[in-house]
Amino acid sequence: MTKAPKRFNPDRDVAPWTGPMRRYDIAKEVTICFLVVALLTVGLAVVFSSPDDKAVTLQQWASATPVDFATTAIAELDGTSGTAGYGGPYNTASPGQSILGVSPSTIIGVHIPVDAAKDFVLSPVAALPDDPLAQQALRSYRSATSTQRATWDAAYETAIASQAASYRDGHLVVPLGNYGPVGVIVNALTQMARSGALDATMLTEQRFFSTDFTKPLLFLSDGNYLANKAAIDHLQGDQWGMMNETGSWPGQAWLWLYTMWYQVPGLSTSPNADLQVWAIMMVLTVVLACIPLIPGLRSIPRWTRVYRLIWRAHYAAKP
Amino acid sequence: MTSTPNATNWTGALRRSAERALPPEKLLPESQPSYVASWIYVFGALTMAALGIIIATGFVLAIMGPTWWHHSSTGHFINSMHLWSVELFFAFMVIHLWGKFFMAAWRGNRVLTWASGVVTFVISIATAFTGYLSQTNYDSQWIATQAKDGINSTGGGALFNVLNFGQMLMWHITLLPLGVGILVVLHVLLVRHRGVVPPFAETKDGVK
Repeated sequence: MTKAPKRFNPDRDVAPWTGPMRRYDIAKEVTICFLVVALLTVGLAVVFSSPDDKAVTLQQWASATPVDFATTAIAELDGTSGTAGYGGPYNTASPGQSILGVSPSTIIGVHIPVDAAKDFVLSPVAALPDDPLAQQALRSYRSATSTQRATWDAAYETAIASQAASYRDGHLVVPLGNYGPVGVIVNALTQMARSGALDATMLTEQRFFSTDFTKPLLFLSDGNYLANKAAIDHLQGDQWGMMNETGSWPGQAWLWLYTMWYQVPGLSTSPNADLQVWAIMMVLTVVLACIPLIPGLRSIPRWTRVYRLIWRAHYAAKP
Repeated sequence: MTSTPNATNWTGALRRSAERALPPEKLLPESQPSYVASWIYVFGALTMAALGIIIATGFVLAIMGPTWWHHSSTGHFINSMHLWSVELFFAFMVIHLWGKFFMAAWRGNRVLTWASGVVTFVISIATAFTGYLSQTNYDSQWIATQAKDGINSTGGGALFNVLNFGQMLMWHITLLPLGVGILVVLHVLLVRHRGVVPPFAETKDGVK
């Protein structure tokens, strides 16, 4: 039995071209294109330059907003910060985002271990050998029961959140409370950050050479300083931030579709928004790659007849 | 002395296969069908030209190191060229993509040409994204801290840590550009192999 020939489908098949040919110089076209783009690039670079806002340091953050820094530090200590409660790949504090009951980050597990209290507060303060008061406070804190530590943490968190909290004469000033050694620890960390020592300590805690900024960036992003600066620059997620750039420069405009989903009501407030947006984008990407194989979608060019504009000379010659 | 083709010689078989698929007159033709007469055809070449500028300026930035451009006016200018060539690259590429969509350029066994173009577009986005993470400035700090949530939610953050500058720089200057380069070469060879898709054949009974 012989197989019947496939029926001609105008959205899939073409008849071999038997019409006239014209001279075409591909090498010349590519060369001219290269020269034009080179000139255009140089012109744009000369006229518009490029943005370069200096990186924010922990020193800058603790100096500009010491109370916000201290508020973040105590949140790291008592486990209420964004990082402390993040989940995979940093810790197991959260089940992670899920879709259809599946949480990929939980399945993958912890691969970049981060202990917020130890990595962001206790270990850096322990690296201050010339501060006997801080070392004594650390010993008291570490030898206390977890219940006692939680009580101190909560008391200090309340104190630093009060309107009366401020930074005066080189120290954090908070209302009196039963926060044991926590005040001394947070104050020591704040001083350390303001001196610039915390930046160096967090970056080189593992080895002399380091190119991994995971921990300092997580700590920085738990506070409000970085986010407030981003809001001024229209870089927040609800400001189409992923496709924006500092100043008036164009950013990653090609991320408009990805960014758009974060503005959609329902998705923008979903606790699983990131995973849902990624799932949508993965499906759309596969659809885009497979358009030639999808009946209906592959017919759009024929239905819209935009091709007549592209090949208008051809159709004008063949009415 | 001439030698007869040996069917068991892999090298000879590979050469003959390559010659059949892309004879020189097909690889670098001096003529094209008469319908290849629109400005839309230029955008593929413009995309490759912008890629050339990106690679050239990227080489300079790589040679001088990732923080050179912060304290050198020459470095800042090269960085500006790198940025603007990327902006142009994506603008040209998207116009090229939409042009090919409205031509239904996948017709006539050109599905792989279309798909390789889409994959190139996606990998180019990843390449640009890691470039933004490698700027060593406030922009890269903010983008990294925002992007981590999406990637971590997929479980990919364990392998692709956007907060690890060293890892992102290596992806940006080696692995991803290599992927883009290979795909662009494959895409262009496929275009040359299959030729430029003909227009829809319109008759009084409709499109054929």
